[in-house]
Formats: sequence, C-alpha cells, structure tokens
Amino acid sequence: MAVKPVLVGERIKRREDPRLIRGLATYTDDIKLHGMVQAAFVRSQYAAGRIVKIDASRALARPGVLAVFTAADLRGQFRHMLWHAATPTMHDVEPPVLADGAVRYVGQPVAVVVAADRYVARDAALDVEVEIDATPAVVDMEKALEPGTPRVYEQFPDNVCHRIVNDNPETDKLFKEADGTVKLRLVNHRVAPVSMEPRAILAQWEEGPQKLTLWTSTQVPHAVKNQLSRCLGLSQSKVRVIAPEVGGGFGCKLLVYPEELLLAWLSRKLRRPVKWAETRTENLLNTTHGRGHVEYVEAAYKKTGEVTAVRLKCLTDVGAYPSQFGAVIATFTALLLAGLYRIRAISTEIVAIYTNTMATEAYRGAGRPEAAYIIERVMDAVAATLKMDPVELRRLNFIPKDAFPYQTPTGATYDSGDYEKPLDRALEMFDYQAARRAQAEARAQGRLVGIGVATFTEICGLGPSTGSAPDQRQGSWESAEVRVEPTGAMVVMTGASPHGQGQETAFAQMAADAFGVDIDEVVVLHGDTDVVTHGVGTFGSRGLVVGGTAVRMALDKITAKAKRIAAHLLDTTQEQIVFREGEFTVSGGARKMTFPEVALAAHVWNVPIPGEEPGLEAVARFEPPGTTFPFATHLCQVEIDRETGEIALQRYVSVDDVGNVINPMLVDGQRYGGIVQGLGQALYEQVYYDEEGQLLTGTLMDYAMPKAHMFPRIDLDRTCTPSPLNPLGAKGVGELGTIGAAPCVVGAVLDALQPLGVTHIDMPLRPERIWNAMRAAQGGRS
Amino acid sequence: MKVAITVNGERRESDIPPRMLLVHYLREELGLTGTHIGCETTICGACTVHVNGRAVKSCTVFAVQADGQEITTIEGLAPNAEALHPLQTGFWEEHGLQCGYCTPGMIMTCAQLLADDPNPSEEKIRIGIEGNICRCTGYQQIVNAVQHAARIMREGR
Repeated sequence: MAVKPVLVGERIKRREDPRLIRGLATYTDDIKLHGMVQAAFVRSQYAAGRIVKIDASRALARPGVLAVFTAADLRGQFRHMLWHAATPTMHDVEPPVLADGAVRYVGQPVAVVVAADRYVARDAALDVEVEIDATPAVVDMEKALEPGTPRVYEQFPDNVCHRIVNDNPETDKLFKEADGTVKLRLVNHRVAPVSMEPRAILAQWEEGPQKLTLWTSTQVPHAVKNQLSRCLGLSQSKVRVIAPEVGGGFGCKLLVYPEELLLAWLSRKLRRPVKWAETRTENLLNTTHGRGHVEYVEAAYKKTGEVTAVRLKCLTDVGAYPSQFGAVIATFTALLLAGLYRIRAISTEIVAIYTNTMATEAYRGAGRPEAAYIIERVMDAVAATLKMDPVELRRLNFIPKDAFPYQTPTGATYDSGDYEKPLDRALEMFDYQAARRAQAEARAQGRLVGIGVATFTEICGLGPSTGSAPDQRQGSWESAEVRVEPTGAMVVMTGASPHGQGQETAFAQMAADAFGVDIDEVVVLHGDTDVVTHGVGTFGSRGLVVGGTAVRMALDKITAKAKRIAAHLLDTTQEQIVFREGEFTVSGGARKMTFPEVALAAHVWNVPIPGEEPGLEAVARFEPPGTTFPFATHLCQVEIDRETGEIALQRYVSVDDVGNVINPMLVDGQRYGGIVQGLGQALYEQVYYDEEGQLLTGTLMDYAMPKAHMFPRIDLDRTCTPSPLNPLGAKGVGELGTIGAAPCVVGAVLDALQPLGVTHIDMPLRPERIWNAMRAAQGGRS
Repeated sequence: MKVAITVNGERRESDIPPRMLLVHYLREELGLTGTHIGCETTICGACTVHVNGRAVKSCTVFAVQADGQEITTIEGLAPNAEALHPLQTGFWEEHGLQCGYCTPGMIMTCAQLLADDPNPSEEKIRIGIEGNICRCTGYQQIVNAVQHAARIMREGR
C-alpha cells in the first residue's frame, strides 16, 4: 500500500472555494422564503435629542406596507436586555431595540417598517415623520470629560461609563530611578470594520412547531441562539440560528444585535418570514465601529536603553450604548502593554466614555493593536532620544527565551516565546544594514526615506471561560463532534463558526490524517445551531487554537474506540494494536483491519464488542487553560514626497511565529489580509463624526478603504515556537497582521521625517497630515 | 416595463418596475444570487457583471437600461457547469479569496482585465482592480490568482 500523504502542515486548496468562485454560495440575503416580507428602519437624524412625535400614518397608507412599529409597541413584548460585558463600577445602561424617548446617535433605529418588498419598505421608512427635539451632542471623548459638558445620560453625574485603575507603586519608584522618560499622547482613531457583506437577517417563525429560525450574518450563531432564547422566553430547542455563508466579520459580527431580536419578534408577530439586509450607509452608521482610543503614555528608561516602567491613561470611546464587549476592550490594551519587553512595572488607568456616536466593539485585534501601537511608539521614542537603533533597543529589552512561561507586570502569562528568531529572520530578509546604508545615502540627497520596525505579541485563543457571565449562557470553550459513517466517511462539526478563515479545509486535513481517509471523505459542518448544538464562535484568533483542539479531542476519542473495536475483532488487546495510516495492525503480526472496516463493524455490530456501545462518534469541548501569545517582527520602508506629503510604501517584511500550522496557505492568507487591514487604518481609514455628531463617512465614497494599488508585495516568513497550551501547539493568527502593521508603518514615516524634526504624528497618515507636520516642524515653511 | 435581456446566454423576458436596479433584477427576479451588493455606490465592485462583454457595476444601473443587452454573471462565466473559467481556477489555486463575498465581482472585473491585456504586469493588475474592494485577502493573492489565470489562458489550457 502506498504511503498516504500527510495533509497537516501542507498547503491544501480550500474546500470552501468551489461554491464561492462559481457564485453558488448562499449568504443570508440570498435566501428567499415563501411569503417573505422586508423590514426597513427609520433612523435618528440627530445625535442627541428627545423624540417628540412619531407619525406613521402616511407610511401605513402606502400600498404594500404591513406594519410600522416603534418602542411603544415593544414594551413588555420581550425581555429587553441582550447580554453585554459590564464591570461592577460601570454606569450601565440597557441598549434599546428601538429608541425609546431619547435618541443618542445618528442612525439609531427609531421605528421599523415592514412591507412587501424592500423598495416599498424603504419608501415607507421615508414616509414616517419623526419629530426630535435636538439637544447638544457629545462627540469628542476629551471634551466629554470637561465640566459643564452635556451628558449622554442625564441620570449619571458625567460621561464616564467606567474607570478601571491598576496602580502599581513600583511604577512610581522606577520613574524616580529612571535616567529619562518619554511622554506621548497617541490617538488610535475610530475605524469601521466594513465586512464586504453588510449585516443581514432573516427570521422565520413557524406557528406549527412553535419554532423560530433565524438566518443571520454572524460570527457567533450560538450566542445569538442563547440571547434570543433568553429574551423571547423560548426553550433553546425552539430557536435555530443559522450563520450561512458569512461575508467577513472582523469583530463587527461577534455580538448579538438588537435587530436580531427585533426581526425574530416581527416574524412571530406578523406570522411572516421577515428579512432585513442593511445598506452600506446603514452599515457605517449602525454596525459597530472599532478602536476609538486616546492614550497618554509615559515610560521610564535607563541610559542603557532598558525601558523599566510604563504609565498609561487610556480614554476609550464606548459610543452611546455599550455593545457586547465595547466597554471592556481596553482592558486588553492594559493587559498586553508590556509587549515583548521585560518592563518591570506598569500602571494603567482606563476611562471608558459615553459619546453620542455608534457603539465601538471588537475590531480585528480588539485592544491588542492599541497596546502594540503604544508600546512600539514608546520604544521608537526612547530609541530616538538615546540615538540608538530601534531594532537593537527592542532586542535588549526582549524577554529572554528561557523565561517562559513569563508573567508580565500586568498579569498576562505568555505561554512560549523566542523573540530573536523572527527578528533575526526579518532583518535578514530585509537586509536591514544595507537598507540603513541606503537610507543614509538617500537622506544625504535630501530624500525622506524611513524604516519602521514593530516587534509585538498578542493575546490569542480566547478563553478561558473564567470571565464568562451566567447571563451569557456559554463559556469560552469550543465544541466539536465527529460522526463516522459506516463507510469510514465522516462528518466533523465545529462550534467555531468560520466566515472566510478556511476551517472547513483545516479541520478536514486533521480528520483525514487521523484516520488515513481521503480528505473528500470528510465533511465539516458549522454555523447551524440545530446541527451543532453548542458552540461559541470564531473571534479572538481562536478558530484553530480552541476550535481545532476540540476537533483534535473528538478525533482522539474516535481513535481510542476504533482501536478497542479492532482489538476485539482481531482477537487481541488494544495494547497490541498499532494504528497507522488508516490501518489497525496487530503488533508483530500480519493481521490487520482498515479504518472503513472498523467503521462498518461499529455500525453493523453483528459481532458485538463487550462493554461497548455500537457506533463510532464522539463529542468534545475544549476549555483552554490560558491564552496563547504568538509574536512577530515586521519591517517596512517608506519614502515620502516632500512636495505632497504622499507616502510610497516600498517594502514590507513580516516574520511571524504562530506556533504549529495546519495549512500554511490559510495562515499566509490571514497575514496578508491582516497586514493590509492594519495599514488601512494607519494610512487611510477613519470614521469621522462632525461636532454635531453627524457621520461624514457614511458611504464608501467617503470612508477610505484600502485598495490593491496602494500596497507593495508583502514578503512573509515564519518561525515556529509551539504553544504548550494545546495539543496542536497552535498560537493563533487571525489578528496578528493588523496588530503589527500600524506601529510598523507609523514608525517608518516618523523615521523618514526625522531629519525635518518631526517627532510625532497621528494616524491616519494622509498626505495633508504629513504635509502639515512637515510644515509645522519647519516653523510654518513648507 | 417589459424587458428582454439575455442573461448567461438565455433570453429572459420580464415585466419589472422602471426603478429596479440591475443587481436586484439578477438577484431577485432571476435568482442569480452570485452577484452581490456591497456598497450601492459603485465603489466596491461586488456587483460587477458583464454587459455586452464589458465589466459594469450592476448596483448603479437600472435593469431597464439592460433591455436588449447581453449580460454575463459569475454563474455564466465558465464554459459549462462542470468546468471552471481560468480565473476561477486561479482564485482557487492561489487562495485569492477568503469570505468570498467580493469574489464574483472581482473575478468578473479580472476577466475584462485579461481580455484587454492577456499578460498584465503586477502594477497593471493592482490598478486594474482598484474598483473592487476585498477586505480579507490584502489583494496579494488576488494578484497571484490573476497571474495564474493569465498563464493558463496564454498557454491555451
């Protein structure tokens, strides 16, 4: 028998792709049900105010309109509050499904119209007259803290949602003993996730079985099921949530949205399937945003270059209503602040602030890009002050490779690391010394060439479940189920709900290898809560680390049982059974059975196995013992046009250590995409509200998305330091690129501008900002 | 209004409202849901189809404007139901897609790109697809996919 190729670790083409490249995949808005009607929302035009009157009579008179509902119609109809993370000191509020009395951001849903088709529904939404007594809006976080500023919530003394202080007295001592300090004010501005598929929901209440089915473009179908069941008072078995094909998430689809509850209610109320697919403008107005931090950071250093202590005050913009994790994301920023460095003490203060804007939520990286940006900008500032090479400064501050597991002063426990490996490889690929020499020559010619470096880590593989709240009705484990068919073919079910990451392929590679079957014999199912009963979802770079480990556990259980069956049928003990490449062989003998033969025997059971049940299936849940910490070095080079301030990004090298890899092609895809997403924030993207809280970036004509021609070819390599926290040795990769890209490119731009005396600039680095910085640094001369 | 539009080689007659967008006609009237809607403002390109062989963003065209024209959507790009167009092969081989939402529109744009220039440089590919936004891939593997397809097409495979 030919040796079967091992698939794990190989570049295997995606099994998701044939349906996607032929236009045959089914996204939520592609589904059409008999009798289906369409919902459209009437939205607040004002950022703050009182609703004086809502008149829907004209809308209701329009042919094709079934109903218009406002907050008044919803009172007492369902348990209102969807779960969100809160802290004991939080000024907590209950986000309404439809604005009730007050409006608190532009785009907030005020009424919902249901009509026969979406054109009529949108016409009718415009017919609804909403009179709002507008009041002054609070938009800027720092202004929101000033005394006398209007309040987003009158019941609270100020606009502070909550404040989390972690003061370490050691920090003050180290600042006193320091040879010097650096101080920065950094803005990590608000951006929009812009998954290419906007949100879409289709709800179907079936009166016969008394059952709700909700198709929704989500990263977390089980969380949606849990919350709908809780809010509507339906048993879990009466709620089926399906995340069909999902066109990207990036964090904006990891929460349970009020519209999901509302559509479910509408379908039950009207006894019709009801669909809503948001427009891109609605998506930019009313799907969660990311980032939105202002950070004041101070660092103490020794003249050797050792950074000893950091103090951070982080202002984080919650928006008008706390979304699922929105109010607590900055705790990740504080937790990760040490980066890759042996910083001895860190003190942090997080101030979460309400403003009259859309809620912020996790966005690819969620708190970790902010942390990396802060500490990398600090490293660059210290290096510049000490006139040290920024690479060597980082190297001398690295946590040494024999220090793992390593506990940072903020309480994070890094699982494993060897930070010089990716650094050295990246320097080699970049030819760093040559690049610095070329830079010196360019500078001598008056050209503005800069090199940026970011060495960073992140928190991956979320859980564990210790932080989970009972109202959440789930932990942060992940589930898997494997069912082997009589032929040896099998179905692998995962509670992770991939939406582009490629787990259908990666998990099939694992299963095929485990039993020596062809990969086409494995089907991976996900995203339907009636198929996969329990699950958590895909976010926080956990798909493989947590979801994949659950699959591994289920596969191992099958192997164990198959061995016991084979042992009985081969008339030996399981200790004597060797299972390799799909064959069970008796040690030292010629007798053997193939995996399909064992699978068939398990189902037919005509030779009963004492002490065993028929069949061959297994369920597993993996509870991660801790989070994983991949790490990386990114290097890039830019040249800036003195006349226009335009940045030419010339080179980008990324060497990442994500532990063991199942499919390097998928891993690289995550990294290319993540890097460009991070560069998008650093160079182009920004959600912009004016002083009155009007959104000025409400279409993709205004919101600057990264496009193909803006970037050079990115060079990738990997080093491999497995995580000891899961049997796969995987560390997670989904968010990595996004985390490193912003500090890397901003560092390069500041390096380029250094000869002009520019020491600070805030993202996004649009040409006018660069041009103004150059001009200001030269005393107003351009 | 009555229209007769040839879609993927098949003549389709419909009576549709004059304001119906071409993308809605394809998706809702004909059930060709491979063409997606990503922005409604001609920026993202997810809705790209071919009208008489030229790439057009169908979210800002009225269906009635396509009366008498020939439309090709992603469902009709391959020569038959079993085969793949070289671009579909290229995207699959080179991991040129992740969530897949932009992919049909991206492929339709790239098809015109390769029709206009069978051997485009990387720069030309990047500029050629700047009217199509992908949030997942960072574009590099899309560039590779187009190059892959161009090789297949040049070699006449």
